[in-house]
Amino acid sequence: MNKWKKFKESYFLYSFLRDPVAIFSFAVFAALIIISFSAPVTAPHDPYDTKTISIMDSEIPPLWQDGGDSEFVLGTDAQGRDLLSTMMYGMRVSIIIGIGAVCLQAFLGVIIGLLSGYIGGRIDSFFMRLADIQLSFSTLMVAIFISAIFQTVFGSGVYGEYAVPILVLIIGLAEWPQYARTVRASVLGEKEKEYVEAARVIGLRQNWIMFRHILPNTLSPVFVISTIQVANAVMSEAALSFLGLGMPVTKPSLGSLINAGFEYIFSGSWWITIFPGILLIVLVLVVNLLGDWLRDVLNPKLYKG
Amino acid sequence: MFAFIIRRIIQAVVVMLVISFIGFTIKSQVGDPIRGLMGVSVKEVEREALRDKLGLNDPFLIQYKNFLKDAVRGDFGTSYFFKKPATEVILDKAPATLELVIASAVLIIILSIPLGTYCAIRPKSILSRCIMGLSIVGVSIPVFLTAIMLIFLFSVNMNILPSYGRGDTVEIFGGLWSTGFLTWDGIKHLILPVISLSSIMLPLFIRLIRAEMMEVLQTEYIKFAWAKGLSRKKIWFKHAFKNTLLPVITVGGVQLGIMIAYTILTETVFQWQGMGFMFLEAVERSDTALLVAYLMFVGVLFVVVNTLVDIIYGIINPKVRISGTK
Repeated sequence: MNKWKKFKESYFLYSFLRDPVAIFSFAVFAALIIISFSAPVTAPHDPYDTKTISIMDSEIPPLWQDGGDSEFVLGTDAQGRDLLSTMMYGMRVSIIIGIGAVCLQAFLGVIIGLLSGYIGGRIDSFFMRLADIQLSFSTLMVAIFISAIFQTVFGSGVYGEYAVPILVLIIGLAEWPQYARTVRASVLGEKEKEYVEAARVIGLRQNWIMFRHILPNTLSPVFVISTIQVANAVMSEAALSFLGLGMPVTKPSLGSLINAGFEYIFSGSWWITIFPGILLIVLVLVVNLLGDWLRDVLNPKLYKG
Repeated sequence: MFAFIIRRIIQAVVVMLVISFIGFTIKSQVGDPIRGLMGVSVKEVEREALRDKLGLNDPFLIQYKNFLKDAVRGDFGTSYFFKKPATEVILDKAPATLELVIASAVLIIILSIPLGTYCAIRPKSILSRCIMGLSIVGVSIPVFLTAIMLIFLFSVNMNILPSYGRGDTVEIFGGLWSTGFLTWDGIKHLILPVISLSSIMLPLFIRLIRAEMMEVLQTEYIKFAWAKGLSRKKIWFKHAFKNTLLPVITVGGVQLGIMIAYTILTETVFQWQGMGFMFLEAVERSDTALLVAYLMFVGVLFVVVNTLVDIIYGIINPKVRISGTK
């Protein structure tokens, strides 16, 4: 109860309620999350269930166009799956991969950042050089390379079967440097402060100081970049899937739906690509707007890189 | 200064060694070249003999040394799909990609500098709010979606611009470089890919220029210039703008390298016959030689660009050199 009261009086909530853009994007984001995770219950069709899919239903246009079917509000894709349901399931896959990848990135990045910042020396220069190299190649390029290597090593069959964990791994490995640099920068600032010195003087162990004393004080920038990183991870996943290096068409994410629909755009079936595309843009946009707002409120000194 | 350049070059060499090591590992671990060369019906003894002859039974490090020796000479083996040396295939495709990048870079520079400075000078005006709002929308749209929507609008619906390929090309420099810049058809084919490739970087540059310029406008010497009564144009474009460009150049140089990554996406949508499209095809066909060659080529490109940018920045801004020595 006490915490709730504290939250109610906080500057955080105050500035949230005063910013219509933040409220709007949060509402849209929450709605998208609810829609996608309730998909197994609320979706009109089950795109994973091959028994209910009929090839005769393929490429039906959305309801308001000639030949639309009230059974399929947004039309169907080339395999005869209801587009609305497939998009709901696809968004769930995209969000799961996005959040999973960000968790992995944060885990790797926070630990590496803490170690580099607190211990310094060789560890620091090794990891920071590695981060420099990865960032100079751009995270997308690194992700494409890793997934290309994985795909050649495992073959596309195995790759498709374990696509979700593999993609989480790929995006996590490609994007940890952002976190590591941010955390390292704030650890370097915190390390010199007196409370750390005091902790050291009373003889606390190094790990304890790092994780219990310094880490909590570096979390606000981590918070801010996490939001933006979710948007980035969703975009990376979509890009990889679009290139055919991500989710297979049988278990589509938004990216692979766009990819699958792309070839039909020339024959006039624009809805297979455009609807998932719009959904992807809306998803990424609201997360970006939320991230922007969060950065303004928490206002941490972010590492510009 | 000399020490700084040497240090940067050593760093670049180390990075290249790491990349080459990754490339070598892929090449040696993925796929068995013997099976590709001999077929199934060959005896085990003969396989071993060929293995010995090709040096595939040598210790790992010796094989790596041989790989490096070949790599320095530009020999990455033969692409089994094109039946040509991988380097040759890449050099064939490189002009298409580079033209795409160059054209987009020019477009970005032409648009971002005036828009960015305007947003910094008049941060509260409606136009700059619109530009900033659009730029966050721009950042949120993936490149391939921009490309698809452009195709949908201009190729499918209006049917005024071509949706794939490079169109007519002309060979220049004695056939070394085939360019699309010189024919009307080639330029028409360039428009959509260039717009989509620039769409991801343009918002970033506008935001960067705006942020840097606003920071510069807060500094003391600009305040002093106002106090002196200099004309607005002189302050904005002569005093402030010059110092805005410095960080923009560094970030810009690196971003141009990053655009190579996005060419993979753009080229896939437009079936642009460049390196990125070729790379994806190589992945699908498990064409290891080509894959490794592309990795190395892009690696060299990135490392050279980054090192040059760093050195140029070090020349312009001495602070970097000194803080780098620590």
